[in-house]
Amino acid sequence: MTSAPEVALEIVEQLRESSASVQSTIDEIPTIWVPLDRLATAADHLCRRATQPFSTLLDLTAIDERERIHREDQPAADFTLVYHLFSYERNQHLRLKVPLLGEYPSVPTTTGLWTAANWYEREVFDMFGITFDDHPELRRILMPPTWKGHPLRKEHPARATEIGLYEPTEADHDKEQEALRFNPEDWGMERQAENSDFLFLNLGPQHPGTHGVLRMALQLDGELIVDAIPDIGYHHRGAEKMAERQTWHTYIPYTDRIDYLSGVQNNFPYVLAVEKLAGIEVPDRAKTIRIMMAELFRIASHLVWYGTFAQDIGALSPVFFMFVDRERIFDIVEAICGGRMHPSWFRIGGVAHDLPHGWDRLMRSFLDYLPARLVEYDKVVMQNRIFRARTEGVGGYTRDQAIRWGITGPNLRACGVEWDFRRQQPYGGYEDFDFDVPTAREGDCYARALVRIEEIRQSLRIIRQCIDRMPEGPYKADHSLATPPPKAATMKDIETLIHHFVNVSWGPVIPHGEAFQGIEAPKGFTAYYLVSDGSTGSYRTRIRAPSFAHMQTVPWISRGVFVADLLAILGSIDFVLADVDR
Amino acid sequence: MSALLGPLIPVVVVLGLMLTMAAFLIWYERRLLALWQDRYGPNRVGPFGLLQIVADMIKIFFKEDWIPPFADRFVFVLAPMAIMIAVLMSFVVLPLSPDIVVVDSNIGLLFILAMSSMTVYASVLGGWASNNKYALLGGLRSAAQMVSYEVFMGISLMGVIVLTGSFRLIDIVEAQSGLWNCVPQFFGLLIFAVAGVAESKRIPFDMPEAEAELVAGYHTEYSGMKFGMFFVGEYLGVTLISALTVILYFGGWKGPWLPPIVWFFIKTFAVIAVFILLRASLPRPRFDQLMDYGWKVLLPFALLNVLVTGAVVLL
Repeated sequence: MTSAPEVALEIVEQLRESSASVQSTIDEIPTIWVPLDRLATAADHLCRRATQPFSTLLDLTAIDERERIHREDQPAADFTLVYHLFSYERNQHLRLKVPLLGEYPSVPTTTGLWTAANWYEREVFDMFGITFDDHPELRRILMPPTWKGHPLRKEHPARATEIGLYEPTEADHDKEQEALRFNPEDWGMERQAENSDFLFLNLGPQHPGTHGVLRMALQLDGELIVDAIPDIGYHHRGAEKMAERQTWHTYIPYTDRIDYLSGVQNNFPYVLAVEKLAGIEVPDRAKTIRIMMAELFRIASHLVWYGTFAQDIGALSPVFFMFVDRERIFDIVEAICGGRMHPSWFRIGGVAHDLPHGWDRLMRSFLDYLPARLVEYDKVVMQNRIFRARTEGVGGYTRDQAIRWGITGPNLRACGVEWDFRRQQPYGGYEDFDFDVPTAREGDCYARALVRIEEIRQSLRIIRQCIDRMPEGPYKADHSLATPPPKAATMKDIETLIHHFVNVSWGPVIPHGEAFQGIEAPKGFTAYYLVSDGSTGSYRTRIRAPSFAHMQTVPWISRGVFVADLLAILGSIDFVLADVDR
Repeated sequence: MSALLGPLIPVVVVLGLMLTMAAFLIWYERRLLALWQDRYGPNRVGPFGLLQIVADMIKIFFKEDWIPPFADRFVFVLAPMAIMIAVLMSFVVLPLSPDIVVVDSNIGLLFILAMSSMTVYASVLGGWASNNKYALLGGLRSAAQMVSYEVFMGISLMGVIVLTGSFRLIDIVEAQSGLWNCVPQFFGLLIFAVAGVAESKRIPFDMPEAEAELVAGYHTEYSGMKFGMFFVGEYLGVTLISALTVILYFGGWKGPWLPPIVWFFIKTFAVIAVFILLRASLPRPRFDQLMDYGWKVLLPFALLNVLVTGAVVLL
């Protein structure tokens, strides 16, 4: 990897843009500002023409800049559009920023370049009211169609108490009811083809096969799917908006609930990003504890996926076995963290507590227990002929498609891309651990399953290494911004006492700047993009969730398959609706 | 008086036994599944949770008897009755022991096949009358599946009939005094078992219900005792297929020391346990795979079985 400024300068030079400028950020990700009228050419260059192009759009979001104070080396803007690009050939992130002026600006769409931009542009429209010209279907994606306002704009209230009482009239009820009416034309579906009338099936939001509140509108010809369009947003809780009113420290529990199956894995990118902003170096013991707990939760998440996937295929028993195993994991998590599913265990600068006595015994007994069970599950599930017939050759995509669609994690590795951010861009101390990056070639449902199961074994390997070499030392950094601050000296030294009091009552003031940190979460690439304006809370928090990108691909891989296959596909891509909607 | 009551006694005995058994099966299945899934199952009501069925019955009888306003009322009510009547009618000719049989018919087996074909009406009509897309898909699947698997079921039985030379079930059992049919008709048994599972719409052939796909398939809109009738009908169907397997292939009530009726129930429950084990261990194939399997594998296999059996008997 070349250093950030070099890459940025190289790109600016390639763009032959005098109007492009470079912003230096603390996270070392090259950041380039391009004026709005040059966006199309710049995007086209980066996506197609550049040597080793940035063919993946990992994230697209916006920042409401109207109340931001610290914008020293940045062009004037009311809103900023942030394209987060990635190049697998270069192993390089790139941030492309576009300054926008005016209350409700409009921007040309980039869906023609990056297929994945479709949903991301809809989300920016929904959240900020920025319109994208020539977008194929620019309508709200997370909020209900009747919603007024755009939640992530600074003038939109964050709490119900900031707006008046909600007292809908009869007419309001009728309007809401009418908005729910299903009209195939609104979804871009035909009612008839030459030889058949289509059946429209509303799958969800309450359906046993969708793993949560996901709604899909299916256009069926017999049992064949002509088109399947996901309708998301039922699990939207405004996690990004909440980040703007919580302190840096008190936001940690909210992150737990983004991908609610993988607990501390959600804390990980958030605290890493805050630590980047604050310039905190985490001690080795804390690093090792974090990795150990994160891998434990990776296993927990994969076990839930394993059981429910088997259940989607119709096997009743496996899910019970896997939940029993997960329960054992939670017993360990409870012993160490106190919580179970959502322990909120990581802290800015370390973890909440030191490990309790006997933690290694608990861990070791689990490490000895699980491998034999996995062998058994292989026989029950993976080697079953009916299971194979249901999953092999179903819901496949190629590696090029996967890269273009922004697919990450096990779903990407299932089509032969040996890419793991723990290995390619190690974070939080992963560079010191030995593990394999399992891959498969076919890219179908079965391949995705194979990769995840092998990942469970690799996680066990990493945990074993953590136990064997758990370093001694503090579990939290000795830094003024580590939260809550170490208390030992507070009763003897007035400076420390004041510091402690302020950091606990108001929360730490994180220096202004921007930081992006992604991790290899169980579901894929989870990243937090934090903008600090030098206050006790974040100015803008963007959560890049893997499930959102994966959910977007469902229509593309499920056209022309049977309804039963759709459920296999949904099960195999392993999404969590809370992660899709945030 | 006794001339009048006489024929009624076996009717009451068989009806009572079968309904009790269907109810008992709910407990039996839940406990067995729990055993294989590392959990307890119902164990709170009564000894070993045996009274769970009573609790379930009370609950299901007192539920609101709801007919959706968009359903076709008449057919909607008719469908659950159809399955109960069709399955119970089959038991009329089924001998539980040499003495306990309602009608000792010389076309018993044909009658059972005819009645079990009628059960398909229940799911098709139920799916149609519900006016619900999931139910409709379930009904369609069920029609295709049951009509096809009946074919293989009928053909697979031909082997037994060729060996015995009779459709009378008591004759078939008596003919197995020396050797049970499961040995010479091993392939016939396999095909019959597969077709039987498909007929009773249970995993791995529960496509018409397919919880993960179709919510509850053809009985999505049913609740209360109407749902209960589908439910009991399914268990009666399982009992029927198991009892038939025992009679046709495992020597019916024959066995040493114990009275015939006891042997009959021991064997039947063993076969039912296999049904439940299937449910505990297998996933569900896709609908087209199921049809392919039936027409491309089972049908030629069944025909071959008849051919070989016929040849052996003739030579």
